[in-house]
Amino acid sequence: MSEVSIEYPFSAAAVRNLSVGDRIRLSGLVFTGRDRFHKYLFDGGKSPVHLKDGAIYHCGPVVIRKDGEWKVLAAGPTTSSREDLYTPKIIEEHKIRVIIGKGGMGKATLEACSHHGCVYLQAVGGAAAHIAQRVERVQGVHLIKEFGAADAVWELIIHDMEAVVTMDAHGNSLHKRIRNSSKRSLRVVIAGD
Amino acid sequence: MRKAHWEKNLFELIRKTSTDLPADVEAAIRRALLKEKKNSRAAWVLTTILENAAIARKNDTPICQDTGVLQFHFGVPVGFDTNALVAMTRSAVSRATRYGYVRQNTLDSVSGASYETNIAHGSPVFHFQQKARKTVDVRLVMKGGGSENVGRQFSLPDAEIGASRDLEGVRKCILQAVWEAQGNGCAPGILGVCIGGDRTTGYTHSKEQFLRKIGEKSPVKLLAKLEERIIKDCRKLDIGPMGLGGRATLLDAKIDALSRHPACYFVTVSFMCWAFRRRGVLLGPEGGIKRWLY
Repeated sequence: MSEVSIEYPFSAAAVRNLSVGDRIRLSGLVFTGRDRFHKYLFDGGKSPVHLKDGAIYHCGPVVIRKDGEWKVLAAGPTTSSREDLYTPKIIEEHKIRVIIGKGGMGKATLEACSHHGCVYLQAVGGAAAHIAQRVERVQGVHLIKEFGAADAVWELIIHDMEAVVTMDAHGNSLHKRIRNSSKRSLRVVIAGD
Repeated sequence: MRKAHWEKNLFELIRKTSTDLPADVEAAIRRALLKEKKNSRAAWVLTTILENAAIARKNDTPICQDTGVLQFHFGVPVGFDTNALVAMTRSAVSRATRYGYVRQNTLDSVSGASYETNIAHGSPVFHFQQKARKTVDVRLVMKGGGSENVGRQFSLPDAEIGASRDLEGVRKCILQAVWEAQGNGCAPGILGVCIGGDRTTGYTHSKEQFLRKIGEKSPVKLLAKLEERIIKDCRKLDIGPMGLGGRATLLDAKIDALSRHPACYFVTVSFMCWAFRRRGVLLGPEGGIKRWLY
C-alpha cells in the first residue's frame, strides 16, 4: 500500500496512476457538493464553478462567519451512494477527476470512472474536526441561498487531506469486493456453528 | 422558573453532546483498535476517529459535521410545565445552531427551504415521560442522517431471508441489516433493536436503546445472550470500520422487546454511528445542574 500526494488540478493521467488501496494526501482546491447540487447539475443547471480537472467532495460542512471570514468547524464526508444516479453524467459533462466521500458508489459510477478517468476516495466518515483542521481557508461559496449551508458549494483550499482510493479508474472497487466477501461470511455466520 | 438558567444549561447539554464523545464510547473504540492489525486500513480509520474525538474536544467543535436530528428524552416531575420546557429547549437549539455546535440541518420537505435555526415542524424531536421525583432528567441523542438511512424494519416471517417468528429469525434480520448497511452507518457503530411493538413504537423503542451505556447488557437473559451472539457474529463479517474491512463492525448491540399484536411480528433495527453523541443531565427545579448522567 503506497502513499501518494496529489494536488489540484488533477490530470487524467495522474488519476489513472492510482490504484485501490493507495493512501492519498490531497491538497489544493476542492468543491463540496452533495444532494441538491448533484440534482441541480443533473437537471441541466449551470455550474457556478469550473469543475474540470477538479474534485467534488460529498460534504455539508459546519461553517461559521467570524471576523468577516468563513471558518470551517467540521467537514467530514457524507454517504456517496445518494449521488449515484447523477454522477456518471456529471463526470462525463464536467470532467471531474476526483470524488471524495464515504461508503463508495455503484456500478455506473465505477464505469464512468474507468471511461473518463476519475477516482473515488474514501475519507473517514465522522472525522469532521480532523478534516476541518486540514482546511486552510474558504475561497468562496455558491448557491448558499438556494440550497442552504449544508448543500451549498463551498470552495475549500485544503492541505494534506487523508483518504484512501476505494474505486480506481481501472474498474476496481474495494466496496464491491467487501460487499461480496461479507455476503459469503454472512451465509456462514447465519448457518451457525 | 428561571428561564435564563434553564436555557443556559440546556445549551450546555447540546454543546457537550456535539463536541465531547462519551467516555464509554471512546473506550470501546480504543478496545476495537487493539484488535485490528497494525498499519491496516481499519487501524488507520480507528486512529483517525480517536484523533478526531480529541481535536473536537480540545477545539470545542462538532465531532461530526452532521449534527443530526436532535432527539430529546425528558423525564419530568408531576405537574411540570412541559410547554415551557419545549420553548426553552427550542431556544437553546437555536442558539447552539448560531454558535456552530449544530449545523443548519433542517429542510422544509415540500419547498426545500432550509431552516436557519433548526426549529421547525418536527424538529427537534421530543419524548416525554413522567417521573416520581423533583428533578428533570434530560437526555439528548444527536443522530446523523447516514446512520438513520440504514435503519430497517422487518415484518416476520420474511421468506426472502428465511426469518421465522423466533429469536433465530430475529438474529437473521439483524445480521441482514448489518450486511446491507456495510460501512454506510459509519461503522463501527451501535445497534438498537426492538422486537415487537407496532410500526411506530418499534422504531421509537429501538432508538431508546441508545440511552443504555456501552457494555450494559439486557436484563432479559435470552436477549442478553442474543446481544452477545450478534456482537460475536458481526466480528466475522469483515465489514470493518467505515466498511473498509476489519473486525470492528459493531461496538455494541442493544436489544429489547415490546409486546405485539398476534398478526404482527416486527423486528426494527436502528443504527448509531461511532460518533455516538449521547449525553444526559439531571436539572433541579430551578434548572441548575445536579449531575451529568453520562
